[in-house]
Amino acid sequence: MYRYDEYDETLVQERVDQFRGQVARRLSGELTENQFRPLRLMNGLYLQLHSYMLRVAIPYGVLSSTQMHRLADIARRYDKGYGHFTTRQNFQYNWPRLEDTPDILQDLADVEMHAIQTSGNCIRNVTSDEFAGVAPDETHDPRIACEIIRQWSSFHPEFSFLPRKFKIAVSGAKSDRAAIKVHDIGLRQYQNEDGETGYEVMVGGGQGRTPMIAKTIRPFLLEKHLLSYLEAIMRVYNRFGRRDNKYKARIKILVHEMGAAAFSGLVEEEWEQLKDTSLQLPEAEVERIQSYFEPPAYEDINEPVASFENKRTEDKGFAAWVNTSVFPHKQAGYAAAIISLKPIGGVPGDASAEQMDAIADLADQYSLGELRVTHAQNLVLAYVKKSDLYALWQGLVEADLATANQGLITDIIVCPGLDYCQLATARSIPIAQEIAERFADIRRQHDIGNLYVNISGCINACGHHHVGHIGILGLEKKGQESYQITLGGRADEHAAIGERVGPAFSYETIVDAVETIVDTYIGIRETDERFIDTLTRTGTDVFKEALYADPA
Amino acid sequence: MPILRNGAVIEDKWVLLDEADEPQAGTPLVVPSEIWRASRDRYLKWYGPLGIRLSPADEPSAIAHDFGRFELIEIDFPVFGDGRGFSIARLLRERYDYQGELRAVGDILRDQFLFLDRCGFDTLAVRQDQVGAWKEALSELSTPYQAATDKRTTVLSHRHPAKAAE
Ligand code: SF4
Repeated sequence: MYRYDEYDETLVQERVDQFRGQVARRLSGELTENQFRPLRLMNGLYLQLHSYMLRVAIPYGVLSSTQMHRLADIARRYDKGYGHFTTRQNFQYNWPRLEDTPDILQDLADVEMHAIQTSGNCIRNVTSDEFAGVAPDETHDPRIACEIIRQWSSFHPEFSFLPRKFKIAVSGAKSDRAAIKVHDIGLRQYQNEDGETGYEVMVGGGQGRTPMIAKTIRPFLLEKHLLSYLEAIMRVYNRFGRRDNKYKARIKILVHEMGAAAFSGLVEEEWEQLKDTSLQLPEAEVERIQSYFEPPAYEDINEPVASFENKRTEDKGFAAWVNTSVFPHKQAGYAAAIISLKPIGGVPGDASAEQMDAIADLADQYSLGELRVTHAQNLVLAYVKKSDLYALWQGLVEADLATANQGLITDIIVCPGLDYCQLATARSIPIAQEIAERFADIRRQHDIGNLYVNISGCINACGHHHVGHIGILGLEKKGQESYQITLGGRADEHAAIGERVGPAFSYETIVDAVETIVDTYIGIRETDERFIDTLTRTGTDVFKEALYADPA
Repeated sequence: MPILRNGAVIEDKWVLLDEADEPQAGTPLVVPSEIWRASRDRYLKWYGPLGIRLSPADEPSAIAHDFGRFELIEIDFPVFGDGRGFSIARLLRERYDYQGELRAVGDILRDQFLFLDRCGFDTLAVRQDQVGAWKEALSELSTPYQAATDKRTTVLSHRHPAKAAE
């Protein structure tokens, strides 16, 4: 993974010192909350209903076991002994005290971590594919572009007071596991017919109140122009993005109101002026960053790996876990293993300090001391020898982390909702928990197969309900919680916004409704057909009929 | 408001045009951009130093041909969260090669001093209580990652000195 050099280190340390000063000025009253707000937000510190919340950046989701141990330490020392992995591959503490935050940031900086630009109207932590560097379908390792973008966007003097927050995602594989089409900017790295490396540039995707799929504004951009092109997009957005209405301030609205062609025209015009400036990436820098992401020294291993195959037939529990939680690897004899943070009945994405320590130890033992956070709020060990998978699984079972539900109906993405969030209009975590309990039978889950259920507690859509195969949006109607269902959303390379099926369901009936959808699918699916493929084939009508049929 | 240049308070000779008042000939006059657009010919002939105050929605290219006439361009920050002024400043300096004084006015905070400096502002109209903050504010980040209008050495040129020397 990327390691700081003296310059990165200095920048992060200076930021800690700067924030210490800002907190002191806030505590002394020199800064009002209104003035402190943009400053704390640039350091990932939110003010929630009952306390502050600190969001720590995990750049493109990659962290070392040392960093994981540190996250656990901080959770014990300054928080309530646990923390939360987010859908943006970040990490959150829910109960830090303001006066402790400079020390927390110092503890983070000591292990090359920070909370810079994890909130506020700036360019946020760049996100990517959790299988970067190991996925068999990958053509370009997206972490290199991510790191380049991270550095360029950090403390950017021109783009730190944008109309609204700004999210960039990068993918370099055939399958899109980074949801690039629902980001402000999505970059797909590939090689063109002339053998040159570059990016398809997509702009204006997003979720929230007005979900949109990003439009391609440039089909191919040479790698060396990455930063000049990004700078051109950002400048157009910074100048012309709406600032009169917070709900219309994202770049998707600008692209939509202006039209993708007109927007692209402005960007190209601006870029003409920028592309041959010092923004052009020196090859030496690309190579320097690349060197941090060289493949590790893999062992030569022949497939099949007998010990692994044997255990798989012997132990049903292990086999079930392998089926959902083990992802193929570029290198023969290796696999990537997913650690589910979605135990049945738990809070998706939460991890206790003890679990974090256990996971870090397992990463040291079996995966070169490195971890990834997924946008589905799970974790990945990306370098596991197949011969070690059984031992790893046993370790996970011991730490209560072996739920074999990756990609299944209980692997739910859910926002905090009414239990924690002051903007919420309905509870979301309890719905996730009830769905998980309803489908707790692991054989049933496996029979249903791949199915993403995403739940948000209000129209801000932090639970990504627009792109869930089944999306659930919690609303409030006449003082009652009510839940709207959308079907057919997806965040992959066929990204689509889910379609609303009809009137909302009550808190009491929403789980039944989900079950009706699932049963309908089971009834009409063809052999080996995933839920989303059945839905694509049949359309939503059969599901609507089942949901709204007169019970008489 | 005190005006800072390189951290030192300087004397402010400029007067912002108020149409109700007939300014005295020779007064260093700052004309708000909307008045400039409506009465350009009149103020082009102003006998005395001339400046203009841009709002963040102004298009710099529309007045670029007059830049030679201005000794001062002010860019207004109506609220500190409105970052359009940073882009306009860079455009004035880097695209239109404006060489005169560039001043940030309005709701600016010490925590923006460094970014303002990096984007090409050379004077700032600051709150009285933040007059002394300049030095510290500018030292909060020693080597930036990315190039901007200023000539600070970037991380990139430290890492690849040969490249930068070319
Ligand atoms: S979707 Fe709404 S309820 Fe859920 S976290 Fe976002 S703002 Fe809060």
